[in-house]
Parts: sequence; structure tokens; C-alpha cells
Amino acid sequence: MVDAAISDVRELSTPAKRTGMRRMLQRKSSIAFLMTLPLILLIGLLVLYPAFYAVHLATLNKSMQRFVGLSNFTFLFNRETFWMVVRQSCIFALTAVIFKALIGFVVAHFVHNVPANKQRRWRGILLIPWVIPPAMSTLAWLWLFDPSYSAFNWILVHLGLSPVAWTGDAYWARFSVILINVWFGAPFFLIMYLAALKSVPDQLYEAAQIDGANWWQRIWFVTLPMMRNIIAITVLFSTIVTFANFDIVQVLTAGGPIDKTHVFATWAFRLGIQGGDIPLGASVSLFMFPILAVCAIFILRDIRRRGNEAS
Amino acid sequence: MAQVTLRKVVKKYDEVEAVSAIDLDIADKEFVVLVGPSGCGKSTTLRMIAGLEDITGGEIAVDGEIVNDVPPKDRDMAMVFQNYALYPHMTVYQNMSFGLRLKHFPKEEIEKRVQEAARILDITDLLDRKPRQLSGGQRQRVAMGRAIVRNPKVFLFDEPLSNLDAKLRVQMRTEIKRVHQKVRTTTVYVTHDQVEAMTLADRVVVMNRGRIEQIGAPNFLYHSPATRFVAGFIGSPAMNFLPCRLEQAGDGLNVRLSDSIAFAVPAERVQRYRPAAGKELTFGIRPEHLTEAKTNGSKNLATFDAGIEVVEPMGNETMVFFSISGTEVCGRIDPNAGARVGASMKMAAHLDHMHLIDNASGRVL
Repeated sequence: MVDAAISDVRELSTPAKRTGMRRMLQRKSSIAFLMTLPLILLIGLLVLYPAFYAVHLATLNKSMQRFVGLSNFTFLFNRETFWMVVRQSCIFALTAVIFKALIGFVVAHFVHNVPANKQRRWRGILLIPWVIPPAMSTLAWLWLFDPSYSAFNWILVHLGLSPVAWTGDAYWARFSVILINVWFGAPFFLIMYLAALKSVPDQLYEAAQIDGANWWQRIWFVTLPMMRNIIAITVLFSTIVTFANFDIVQVLTAGGPIDKTHVFATWAFRLGIQGGDIPLGASVSLFMFPILAVCAIFILRDIRRRGNEAS
Repeated sequence: MAQVTLRKVVKKYDEVEAVSAIDLDIADKEFVVLVGPSGCGKSTTLRMIAGLEDITGGEIAVDGEIVNDVPPKDRDMAMVFQNYALYPHMTVYQNMSFGLRLKHFPKEEIEKRVQEAARILDITDLLDRKPRQLSGGQRQRVAMGRAIVRNPKVFLFDEPLSNLDAKLRVQMRTEIKRVHQKVRTTTVYVTHDQVEAMTLADRVVVMNRGRIEQIGAPNFLYHSPATRFVAGFIGSPAMNFLPCRLEQAGDGLNVRLSDSIAFAVPAERVQRYRPAAGKELTFGIRPEHLTEAKTNGSKNLATFDAGIEVVEPMGNETMVFFSISGTEVCGRIDPNAGARVGASMKMAAHLDHMHLIDNASGRVL
């Protein structure tokens, strides 16, 4: 309305010289649209097109010649490995996110209590795992986990314990990939929680102290409620990223032993790229979407309902 | 209900001494105000009483029991902060009941106390709201409510009115006084505003540079300041200070302000001032004791002529500014006295209310 009114006034002041195209360009909404157009194109090109193409692929047969409807999905449902991958993806994502959040929270408290002039150094050191490309750091971990020559087993043997087949045994392999993911992802939580901690006014803690709250009650009744939104957002974000993790699992175990550590992304890669059945791989990767969507809806609704409580 | 005692309390930050060995006895149910300019150590003192700051030296006792090492949560004190420090994620009711819930009071008791406090503070309608939905004055009331429901031994206020606008500040000041008259609890109140200190306190503690300058009832401090700092800090507009010389004049003494202006010291004060005769001193007098010369002149009035430079009408009174040997002086006169800028006016100094201050020690003689 306002835009129209403004352009009307302009029209009156500079009589009918302008073409229709020009007038349209003058409107604020058109300008806004034009300025966001590059982003809209990018999203269309890099997000929407691949997504729909994946849906299309999932409905084709192995040679991508024929439309087969949902038979790729029914095929997957009847395979035990698929359900194992679903289970492993969930266990992997849940455990990793919980431990990343817990460790991030605890370490953020430690760093928060470090005197300000030394804090930067600690923040920098603790961020290192997150800065190294995980494919590379996982290689280092791979050496650490090596059954015969690794540092871990060397220590275990010297402590009089028997060496562990870190990547050879199904349970230890699952433990190992989660461990590396936690090591890689915890600094992200640390930084987010540290920022959140700094935004809680000290006087709230002092007020709580005077109200009779002990250390634990101050965390429970002041820190956690004040950080609830940031916790929800980081957990959502990290769940998405962890669920879709590829590099750590691929480099460390490549899904083995006997497919026991496969997550959606690595199994989709195995079937689609390495196995040459791209439609089947696409169907596997599509499964991540509904699970993550449900998770995102719940978390975001919770954040919206509470709104921003920091007054 | 408690007495609070501070004995030689010291607070040092590294090598800087914020509070230097202060002694203070606060009686049961007394309303004590710590007042002073920023950085004088008043807030630090309050926070040490609360237990939020460690004590470097000395001791703090509540009811005779030393609480130096008792954590704040076990001191049974309630504090109202400058920015209220309400928990933003809790409703007003939850904010007020938080302390009681932590101490596992029965639900009915909590309900009773919160409702009672809400009634006293007139915030019953706000109990379901979140702090962000409240105005500054309402938040202030909730913060006080949170303190009242605890029924603590001591109330601590840390500049509670500084964030309010001028009108609300006056209103809440009265409110705090009213609440204290209803809920008689030992109260320590910190402010930098001497008007707040004067209006609220049973006793005012004036602090400066980590030390206590003077302790006394508001009117006593006003009329009998012990030091130049107190004399200048208490009262608005501030007391006038003029360099002067105390001269021997026969049996009496003269205060010489300039070559042309000299007053005879009132006879009853001659004895007191005699030891300082011949010294360079500072002459202090409040603006209300520099008035227009009236015909029905009472005792101990010294009249002189002043060239009026600035006139500030306030309605009920008028401030006039003039110079005495280069120092600007403020007087308070009757609005009908006919002060005009540029005109000369006959002024009278009420010497019963004069102060003489020793320049070296800063003490009032």
C-alpha cells in the first residue's frame, strides 16, 4: 500500500514518461525480489533440484531405464541390512549428539571460569578438533586404532591388558566412530554454550545464591532455562549433521566390519556409487529426510512457543 | 530480625584497597543507608555483608555470630539488585516463591506468603506475568516482593532506584519506606543519591574512598557534618565553601572572607573556635542560611551587599548566585524579595548555622 502510494506521488511529479517496466523496477517489493534472486537461484540449483532429482532417481530401476515406482523401497524394507543401518544411524546420531552436548556443556563451564586473559588461548586450543577436516583427522585416529602398531593398544599392553580390535570388532568399531564424531563435534557445542553462558547476567546467579540455591540448583534453575533455546538449536543442528555423517565412518571403517557401522550416507554410497545401483542408493539417502523433518518440527515448535525470554 | 556488626572490615582487590577497615553497628530493625560517590566502597561493603564478595580482613557478624565464611545462601538475607535480577524464564509468582521452593516450604505456606507480599506491594494482578511483560516500576516491586516473602533476617538494597525515571523514583522511595514500616526488618540500603539517603534512613553512613566519613541520623548529618566531605555531599544545592581567615577581635573572633566582608563569630562559638584563631580556614554555609536581609533581624545575622549574577526561580523559593572574592556563592531567598540580575542586594548570613573547616584535616571545627 505504502509503496503504491509513493509511486503514485512520483508519477504525479514526473508525468507519464516512465515505461511500465521502469515503474515495476521502482517498486520496493520488486527491488527486494531482484536482490534475493541470486540466493533463490542458488537454493533452487543446489538444494531443490538435487532433492527432486533424488526422488526421481529413487523411482527408477538399476540401469535407470525404467520407472519402477516404490519397488526400490519395498526391496529395502525386506533387507535386514537396511534395518540394521537405520538402527545404527539412530544409535550413532543420538549417542554422539548427547555426548557432544554434555562434554561441550561441561567444558564450556570450565572455560567460562578461566580468567578472561587466558580464555582466548584455551578457546583456540579446544577448537582445533573442529577446525581440522574430519577426513584428515580420522586418518590420524585410524593409525591410533591400528590393531598391531597403534598407540592405544601399545598402552593397553603395557598396562597388562589385552589389545582391542578397535575397528575389527563390531561393538568396538561402533564405539570408535562415535568417539571420533564426539571428539570432532564437541568444540562446536563448547563454543555455542560458552557464548550462551556469557550472555547470562552474573546478577541472576548472585540473586539465586542469595535465594539459597546451591551450585547444582543454580545450573538447574538458572543456567539451563536461560540456555534452553541455544541447546535446542545446537542439538537440532548437530543431529542433522551427525545423522548425515559420511567422512568419519567412510575413512575409519568404510561401514565394516560386515556392514555393522554403516550409517545412511555411507551405505547409500556403497550401494549407489560403489555398487552401481544409483536408484537404490538414492532411496536409502531419502530415508534421512522424514526422520530429520519430524525432529526439526518438534524442536523448532518448542523454540517458537517459548519465544525469546531474555528480556 | 537481626543486628549486623562490621569490625575492621577490609576489602582489597590485588593491591587496591576498596574498603579500609570500617566499623559499623546496625541495630535490629534499623534502616541504614550507605551513601557516597561512585567508587567509595559502599556497594562492596553491601556485597560483603551479603557474602557475594570475600572479606580480605576483619569480621562481619549477624546476631553476634561471625559469618565471614558462611556462603550467601546460608546467611538468610534478601537482596534487591539495581537491575532487579529477576529470572526471565519464571513468572512473577515463580520469581517470588523461588527462595521458598528451594527451602522446601509447604505449598500452602508459599501461596500465603506470596499473596501477602503481592498485596502489600499491589502486584496481585501481575503474578502470572513474565518479567519482560512488566514496566520498570513493576519489576522493582517484584524484586522487593521476592525479598519480602523470604522473611529474611536482613534486607539488602543495592541502588534499587537508579534505573527508574525521576518521578517513579520518588514514588518507589515512598513505597520502600512504607514497606519497611509494615515489615520491620533490618535493612541496609546503598545509594549514591543523598536525597534517597536522607529520606529513607534511620541512620546514614557517609562513605568516601573506602572509609566511613560520618554516621548519624539524617538531620544530624545535615546540621552537624563532621567533615568537609559530608558537609558538601549532604544537601542540595550543596553547601557554599569560602576561604576565610579567623581573626582575633578583642574578646571575640572575626571571620574575614575578603577585605570588605568580615563577620563576628557568635559569642557561644568563640570558645570552640579560639584554638584556630589566626589560621586560614574554610567557611561553610548552606544556601538557605544566606537569605535576603529582613528587617526583623534575629540574632547573629551578618549583613552584606551582593551583586546578583544569576537568578533561578523555583516557585516556592528563588536561588541567587553571586561572588564573594572570586568564589561563586548560592543563596536561597524569598521569591518576593525582588532579586534582579545585575542589581545589588542586601543579603544576610545566619551565623548560627555556619561551619569552619580545617583545611589540612578537612574536619569541621
